Amino acid sequence: MKAIVCVKQVPDTSGNVAVKENGQLDRASMAAITNPDDLNALEAALVLKENTGCEVVVVTMGPPPAEGMLRECIARGADRAVLISGREFGGSDTFATSQIIAAGINAIGVEKEDVVFCGRQAIDGDTAQVGPQIAEKLGIPQVSYVTDIEKDGDKLTVTRALEDGFMKVEVETPCLLTCIKELNEPRYMNMYDIMTAYEKPLQVLDYPALKDDPLIETDTIGLKGSPTNVWKSFTPPQKGAGQMLEGTDVAKQLAGILANKHLI
Amino acid sequence: MDFGLTKEQTLARKMFEQFAEEKVKPLAKEVDAEEKFPEENVKLMGKLGMMGMYFPKEYGGAGSDVLTYAMAVEELSKKCATTGVILSAHTSLCASPIYEHGTEDQKKKYLPKLCSGEWLGAFGLTEPGAGTDAQGQQTTAVLSEDGENWILNGSKIFITNSGYADVFIIIAVTGTFLNKRGRKQKEISAFIVERTDKGFSVGKPEDKMGIRGSSTCELIMQDCVIPKDRLLGVKGKGFQLAMATLDGGRIGIASQALGIAEGALDETVAYVKERKQFGRSIAQFQNTQFELAEMKARVDAAKFLVYRAANKKNDILTGKIKGRYSVEAAEAKLIAARTASDVTRRCLQLFGGYGYTRDYPIERMMRDAKITEIYEGTSEVMMMVISGAMLR
Repeated sequence: MKAIVCVKQVPDTSGNVAVKENGQLDRASMAAITNPDDLNALEAALVLKENTGCEVVVVTMGPPPAEGMLRECIARGADRAVLISGREFGGSDTFATSQIIAAGINAIGVEKEDVVFCGRQAIDGDTAQVGPQIAEKLGIPQVSYVTDIEKDGDKLTVTRALEDGFMKVEVETPCLLTCIKELNEPRYMNMYDIMTAYEKPLQVLDYPALKDDPLIETDTIGLKGSPTNVWKSFTPPQKGAGQMLEGTDVAKQLAGILANKHLI
Repeated sequence: MDFGLTKEQTLARKMFEQFAEEKVKPLAKEVDAEEKFPEENVKLMGKLGMMGMYFPKEYGGAGSDVLTYAMAVEELSKKCATTGVILSAHTSLCASPIYEHGTEDQKKKYLPKLCSGEWLGAFGLTEPGAGTDAQGQQTTAVLSEDGENWILNGSKIFITNSGYADVFIIIAVTGTFLNKRGRKQKEISAFIVERTDKGFSVGKPEDKMGIRGSSTCELIMQDCVIPKDRLLGVKGKGFQLAMATLDGGRIGIASQALGIAEGALDETVAYVKERKQFGRSIAQFQNTQFELAEMKARVDAAKFLVYRAANKKNDILTGKIKGRYSVEAAEAKLIAARTASDVTRRCLQLFGGYGYTRDYPIERMMRDAKITEIYEGTSEVMMMVISGAMLR
């Protein structure tokens, strides 16, 4: 039994967000961190490991330096890592990315009791699409926005957080869960796992390793396989300060202001 | 400054930074104001493998190295010097002498629980009449008539961690002998005492200027009976054991001092960018810039000495080189402690009136810094150690 955790290295948007002249995100000048929701996914997998003794495998798609993030995941308690990396995969949107990661997970192998954990969404693209798309492409059930997980054999009882309440769902394994930060508090790296982090296995899956998977075609991966193209990304202009109206005739004042702006 | 940190050291440092920022920093003000011992964080540090960093895995340690330990004390002390010294005293002054001088049985009995944080450690050398003059010990240890137990009598003061510690290294007089010059001299030995031992008690905590959350109490031994196998190291070699232990302790305190200075600089850099006077941020004044520049250079110089001492201890501990690291540790502590006091005072000056209030952490850092010039050997003792080796 395995818990497979999808993680992504993202630019730290809590610092300064740098945008290149062409409107694309300047990732090189921003610090790289592990996507926060993915740490909740990893924590859920590590809890499952504590309860069932399952193996925890972390997987990411990214350039070779993403190894650092994978080693940090091992230093938190994961058993091994898989890095999907190749020039052919560059420029992928969520559709193409999920094709590639699903192929990577196929290569790892999905068995009856396995659970795939993803973060809800990444803080760079904020699409929340890759997790669900991976599930579709693997042909396994998915539950999104997970705040609680109970495992009983090959069944999971999962609580989803919705805007106006919670939903309890029973799902059979193998399945994919997308996790939100309310699910748990991610643990820190610890000295014991840090000391063995670089001794544990890290497998690199490049294009030749995945090309025989039916999901991988020249028109399903990379820039060519991406229906989405980012035209521009920018920081939205800040809202101006509000204006407080006082007195007994605020409605009249408001109507006057709106009329002046030709809004009414 | 690149000390060629290994990948593991780099990961560890990142973990310490995150832990200090998220768990230690939010408590620092309360720890100081309410003299609160940060028990929960200490437990968590045990879970994270921080309480036995450079001891081998077979004894429950993390199997890391002395520099990683020094960096942990440094990172904790950037946010809270109390938390830093708890780790330092526990590791350098209790677990380390057991690891370096203990029997196999002693190591197996004490190290796993000390390394996991289940037990906290402390060290008792100082007495009311024996501070810098550590040979002036009054505490005695006498073998019982049946030869099965040691009976300890006396008291120790200013003992770090004592209110919460489970295991104590106690230095005591076990007899007298005639030295080479024919003078009568005290024979000193070291013992492992457990909190629950009969006749052992912990007195009231000191009301201190800084590191106020650190538990500093008196230890009282009144016909305290311990089994004979609690003798640590060789009978009569306790003074040497204590001095060697303090060499290691000084690396911890130097790391604490370094962390305090770095923490103060971090706070000050952020503050001078925000604070405006005469229509611009005070960071734009050359006085501020020169002050910051000089402080940064001094902090980096201290860091070099601290890391060098840590690496040398590690090389000796792992058998890579032979010798002692007393001078390196003394230089590190002398300079780091002085830097901490100097830097925190100058940082407070840049904060101006706000820095003098408890709304900002800088006055706490200035109070915390002072002790690093005093405990585990005063700066004057550091100079005696350094010059002693020069003039030998």
